[in-house]
Amino acid sequence: MLEPTTHPAARSFLFGRLTLDSLPFLQPDLEGRIVLVTFIAVCLGGLAILGLITKKRLWGYLWNEWFTSVDHKKLGIMYMILGTVMLLRGFADALMMRAQQAIAFGPNMGYLPPEHYDQIFTAHGSIMIFFVAMAYIVGLINYVMPLQIGSRDVAFPFLNNLSFWFTFWGAITFMVSLFVGSFSTAGWLGYPPVSELQQGPGVDYYIWGLQLSGVGTLLSGVNFVVTIIKMRAPGMTMMKMPVFTWTSLCTSGLIIATFPVLTATLFLLSLDRYIGTHFFTSDFGGNVMMYINLIWVWGHPEVYILILPIFGIYSEIVPTFSGKPLFGYSSMVYATCAIMILSYLVWLHHFFTMGSGADVNSFFSLTTMIISIPTGVKIFNWLFTMYRGRVQFTVPMLWTMGFLFTFTIGGMTGVMLSVAPADFLLHNSLFLIAHFHNVIIGGVVFGVFAGVNYWFPKAFGFKLDESWGRASFWFWQIGFWLAFGPLYIMGLMGVTRRLSHFDNPALQPYFIVAAVGAGLIALGIASFIIQIGVSILRRKQYAVGGDPWNGRTLEWATSSPPPAYNFAFVPNVHERDAWMDMKRHGYRRPLEGFNDIHMPSNTASGVIIGTLSFLCCFGLIWYIWWLAVASFVGVIVASIAHTFNYHRDYHIPKAEVDSFEHSGNWQDAAQGANA
Amino acid sequence: MSSTAVDTAQSRFLCLEEPHAHNGTLLGFWIYLMSDCFIFASLFACYAVLGTNTAGGPSAAQVLDLHGLAINTALLLVSSVTFGFAMLEMSRRRKGAVLAWLAVSGLLAAGFVTLEIREFLGMIAEGAGPGRSAFLSSFFTLVGTHGLHVSVGILWLIVLMVQVGKFGLSEANIRRLQCLSMFWHFLDLVWVGVFSFVYLSGVLR
Amino acid sequence: MSHSTSHEHASHGQEHGHGEHANHGSLRSYLTGFVLAAILTVIPFWLVMGHVFQSHWLTITIVLALAIVQILVHVIYFLHLDTRSEGGWNMLSFIFTMVLVVIVLGASIWVMYNENSLMMPMSQQANQGT
Repeated sequence: MLEPTTHPAARSFLFGRLTLDSLPFLQPDLEGRIVLVTFIAVCLGGLAILGLITKKRLWGYLWNEWFTSVDHKKLGIMYMILGTVMLLRGFADALMMRAQQAIAFGPNMGYLPPEHYDQIFTAHGSIMIFFVAMAYIVGLINYVMPLQIGSRDVAFPFLNNLSFWFTFWGAITFMVSLFVGSFSTAGWLGYPPVSELQQGPGVDYYIWGLQLSGVGTLLSGVNFVVTIIKMRAPGMTMMKMPVFTWTSLCTSGLIIATFPVLTATLFLLSLDRYIGTHFFTSDFGGNVMMYINLIWVWGHPEVYILILPIFGIYSEIVPTFSGKPLFGYSSMVYATCAIMILSYLVWLHHFFTMGSGADVNSFFSLTTMIISIPTGVKIFNWLFTMYRGRVQFTVPMLWTMGFLFTFTIGGMTGVMLSVAPADFLLHNSLFLIAHFHNVIIGGVVFGVFAGVNYWFPKAFGFKLDESWGRASFWFWQIGFWLAFGPLYIMGLMGVTRRLSHFDNPALQPYFIVAAVGAGLIALGIASFIIQIGVSILRRKQYAVGGDPWNGRTLEWATSSPPPAYNFAFVPNVHERDAWMDMKRHGYRRPLEGFNDIHMPSNTASGVIIGTLSFLCCFGLIWYIWWLAVASFVGVIVASIAHTFNYHRDYHIPKAEVDSFEHSGNWQDAAQGANA
Repeated sequence: MSSTAVDTAQSRFLCLEEPHAHNGTLLGFWIYLMSDCFIFASLFACYAVLGTNTAGGPSAAQVLDLHGLAINTALLLVSSVTFGFAMLEMSRRRKGAVLAWLAVSGLLAAGFVTLEIREFLGMIAEGAGPGRSAFLSSFFTLVGTHGLHVSVGILWLIVLMVQVGKFGLSEANIRRLQCLSMFWHFLDLVWVGVFSFVYLSGVLR
Repeated sequence: MSHSTSHEHASHGQEHGHGEHANHGSLRSYLTGFVLAAILTVIPFWLVMGHVFQSHWLTITIVLALAIVQILVHVIYFLHLDTRSEGGWNMLSFIFTMVLVVIVLGASIWVMYNENSLMMPMSQQANQGT
């Protein structure tokens, strides 16, 4: 950062390290122009949206019905929107990297300078994990889990709102770095010494963005665990819970056990950067490897945090579209619990090459191989559920089949990497990149699209368009293999990751194929957006009732979309697949005799505390101490003020329940009998 | 049973009376404390790994004062018990006694934090600040994080005393007292780890 | 078990809400805990400050073992953890946490000492030399 020239003391008090030179779009080089064009586009787009909202007088509606809402369904939808927006950002980064690598050979240096390229791969990785995958996971759990257990909301509705705003402002912190200052170049996990020595706001953006979203995720984890333990409908014992709820419980358990480690590790990194401690320095007794050890204590369970609820989604979709109960329910539950514990015992396989002895490496190599066993159990359970079932190839089922094929291959390349001697050859190579994209795209992303297609009718009352859904699937499936097949091959040849330029022209065809694959994935994402747009336009035509898929679990027992209170009467559960059980017994929903329903009230505290926390982090990033201190005090005052509010709930009068129960979107749910 | 009247199925599958809601606050707070264990576990792991890396600076045996530590430990342990007395008075619904015991616990904890700050300032003045070596970084961070928790606990205690004073021992306030009680005892528990591992074992390593 | 009591409490208005976690301990349990904790604190201080044993590692082992015992004393007598509170979930989450904390601490120490001894022989000497 250049020193300001006028009134330096006053300026640095007011703006910290922030100067006009920190604004990359004012720089005259190519990079500056790229950012400038993006900045203008974002400003115009943003102004257009804001203008539209103002013109349609939607601010009051958004504030009252969404921003301050504590309804788990609305928060779930907001998480999904956040995830989709961040997917576009993260994928734009991916396209830029693929384009750079496809052209940057020999004399051609490509269009991205190394510094900018490094920012892009760092942002791509951290955004995709923290703000796409995590947002989608938390969103889906938020929407579906309370409905599946027959509850009216989560255990701590206000905390749920607060969690969302922490995650939202974490994402905004990352986005702000595009236009104010620059982003970290230290990779998605911010390894020291790069992250320690790098001056400027980049790493600080990374740290504080993750701290905000990390706190949000931790609160969500606590919330979900208590919800599942305390708020299940009467009769729903643990072994009668839907598998998605089980996996949500295990994922939340892992969140509680790992996100504090991430928070602590990033906190230590920030101490090193801000006050000169020596945790991860290479001098004064610091130990760089301790950072790598701690960050992977979080990092490896994190990938299971992502994949477990996705396994749950497939476990709901496969039985529904096979017309059979899930094969091996108990083994599915035990496998999930086994994965939860084992995932805490494998983290060292991320740094086999760091110099541990043969005993340490063998131990973690073995645990890594062992964890593939419960995962394999699950794959066979899904296959046996389909076996002799009447399988309907709907869009959610299509994604599931694509997952089974793609994820299994990704899992097997993972077992290859778990062999420590093999890892010495493949570490940090494109083989690794291909492997984890194979399990995260083939597992998590496919699962999210499967889940969105499956539960969208529940959330909005109309199905998503089939043909655009199929188009999206095939673009993704083919695009994925074109994009990452060449990376497997190049990885085996020894090409390393994170390079912005190559000397060997023989590699170029592979990178061009990979770029074409990324282009196909772009078409897949476009098809998904079009699918949603088309479905909204044809929502009358695609309208469905409460139970469009002949579902098995309780979320299908209510209207689509469900009322604020979810269920007029709390269900009483006797069997697994509770809703199927109700349908078998000729259940018809009652139309009278309703009670008043007790519900949590909306609150603005979440928005206020979240926003103040963001301001505090922004102050810390730019060393604007007055802002950091003032907004930190603000956070404490707002939190204390919130505790003085003792009236946090209200009753929905039975007349209102009665009127919804007669007007809501039911159709097939009311028919009840076996469809 | 399933083939008879429809409302049989309704009464079988629905709770026609609104079921009693289970409050999850205490369980939720307990689970939050469990997550806090992992923050401390990370810091303890750092101290275990870095605690002997003195980089030519002072070692634990040279800078840590065990006499001060004994006083601090006593303060925290006694405040844990006095908080327990507050909880006993709470179940007898004696508001004044609750507030009195809370005040005693808060003052003891404030004494603890004051002594800890004095110890820190003294060490920094001797040139043994957190930037001197990895050992001192991990020492200050672990002990300081615990002290920060205690300070937050004191702030919370003050707010809660105001609320109990103003609104009485209502259901919500009782729940909050129970949460703070868990927090208070939990911090004493972490302190057992700190004085045993960081101080007593530290000076011998 | 605790469900029936919580319904009885519900009619008492004020008492409702903590019926599921009614164990606030008794004067006796707090005092027992206090005496045990005091004893378990005094012994390690005495061992270290009085230089009772020649071997430092023996002393450290005993101090850490007493710390674990004292933590259990705190958990039982001050935090009132038992297998019944919250339907056993408090105990289950505590055991889950302790298992994983032991894994984090134990494996981190194992891994890092292993790496230090193999990769950083220089720094070991440097530390001893100064």
